[in-house]
Amino acid sequence: MTKNKSPLSIVVFIFACLYAVITLGPYVWSILTSLKPTSELNSMLVNFSTLTTENYRMILSEFPFLRWFINSAFVALVVTLGNILFNSMAGYALARIRFPGREFIFMIVLGLMMVPGQIVMIPMYILLSKLGWVNTYYGLTIPFLTSCFNIFLMRQFFLTIPKELEEAATMDGLSRFGIFFRIVLPLSKPALATQFIFSFTGNWNSFLWPSLLTSSESMYTLTVGLNSFYGQYYQYWNQVLAGTIILTLPTIIVFIIFQRYFIRGISTTGLK
Amino acid sequence: MRKRYILEVIDGYLFLLPFIISVAVFLIGPLIYAFFLSFQNFSFLTPQKAQWVGLKNYLDLLHDPVFIKALSNTAIYAVGVVVIELILGLILALIANSNIRGKTFFRVAYYIPTVTSTVAVSVIFLYLFKADGLVNNILSRFGIQGPVWFNSVRFALPSIMMMAIWSSVGTYMVIYLAGLQDIPVELYEAAEVDGANEYQRFWSITLPLLRPVIFFNLVVSIIGALQVFDQAYVVSRGNGGPLNATMTVVLYIYNKAFSEFDMGYASAAAFILFIIIMALTIIQRMIFKDETN
Repeated sequence: MTKNKSPLSIVVFIFACLYAVITLGPYVWSILTSLKPTSELNSMLVNFSTLTTENYRMILSEFPFLRWFINSAFVALVVTLGNILFNSMAGYALARIRFPGREFIFMIVLGLMMVPGQIVMIPMYILLSKLGWVNTYYGLTIPFLTSCFNIFLMRQFFLTIPKELEEAATMDGLSRFGIFFRIVLPLSKPALATQFIFSFTGNWNSFLWPSLLTSSESMYTLTVGLNSFYGQYYQYWNQVLAGTIILTLPTIIVFIIFQRYFIRGISTTGLK
Repeated sequence: MRKRYILEVIDGYLFLLPFIISVAVFLIGPLIYAFFLSFQNFSFLTPQKAQWVGLKNYLDLLHDPVFIKALSNTAIYAVGVVVIELILGLILALIANSNIRGKTFFRVAYYIPTVTSTVAVSVIFLYLFKADGLVNNILSRFGIQGPVWFNSVRFALPSIMMMAIWSSVGTYMVIYLAGLQDIPVELYEAAEVDGANEYQRFWSITLPLLRPVIFFNLVVSIIGALQVFDQAYVVSRGNGGPLNATMTVVLYIYNKAFSEFDMGYASAAAFILFIIIMALTIIQRMIFKDETN
């Protein structure tokens, strides 16, 4: 198979480029629009000499975008760190520790993996309002600290780590927690990176829960804030899109940082 | 020995403790509560007036034209999105797995929409597809008068479907990619020795060996599609319009529960969705078992 010579591979290359234009084009057009002054908003052309960061300055200073950004970052990081720790612990117990009830708990994990959270949004809202957690950071973080899907993912990964390593560490007198934190986790970077991407993007992008659980503007996350900003100022597309880019960039950066582990993580966890 | 066993049991449950607490309080408990709510006439504003109404909520739902519309919209959405995503995802995975120049670039470019918030995607598409937006502008150069996409009864749902495919096909590409990388290279080498061309290798090696992956993708994407909410909410400003053209089941539940506070009725709708999703999951488990045996 000679590289890039056969007619098929040329067709494939052209298709690959076209689809890349379809995925990246909307971002490029949105970024350009977010840099346009309002006076040129209706033009289909881009006048590079008038591009300005004024829209970003405007929404960050005149509207609570910075506050929403901080809310989103705080909530997504707390939830992600909680998930990485708790799901890994649970996955490890299900993969490696022997105790009565393990198979039963694993069946619960498998059974609940496909249960969409939205099914319980009504009782969850009632519960959180009884606890006084609606419109607080507690409500936005604590209910989301574990995930059956990621527990399954971690269990599958831990099963692939050779047992001998842990047996040797037990001989050396390391406790379970010692083995887990000092031996197992450092070997699990691809799976942890995969979990970080899933968990961080999932929570950063989450919309239904924060729109349900926040009522005051100062508690909005970026998704809820952007939606409400769009509702009021939809004719100012340059500012709306500046807000959209602020919402979009962090997950893209996280993905690009972790992407080299990502596909490896998915194939070794047997996520299929 | 006995002491070691007990320590092992304690360790096991300590490691699982955060999960057990969280799943009991925030998933299983609410699930049971939702089940009871679905048989009641329960309003969040006047909880003391809650009454047991038996199957009334479920029976009413089956005659509720908006709920039926939401179900049919969601079904159309799920089938359209899933079929196209499974095929396009496989094509993209084959490209990203070939020895094409710039492989990493294409992988990242195709996956980026997947990590983008559905709210951001909705806003970007509302801009690109507005009546005098970029897409209609391009279409008009070919003499085509573009529709008002998201504001048209006919095009609103297909527009949301197109947006959903654009933003989530990357997920399925990556899962296919992992599956492709598990196919032993020796199989292709042997086939090449036997004189099989690229098409024959695809139909007789790649596709059969990817069967379980295709099936996994099918189930995950159907379940995901049945829960569509964000895009419909942002595009229709929460009301599922125009004329319920973008009303989905989850949006219907959300509005019934949190705008009309009719939480018993909404819980019954949630349980109907739950039953549909569980049925699909059980079918998947049964077929998966057949595949592995």
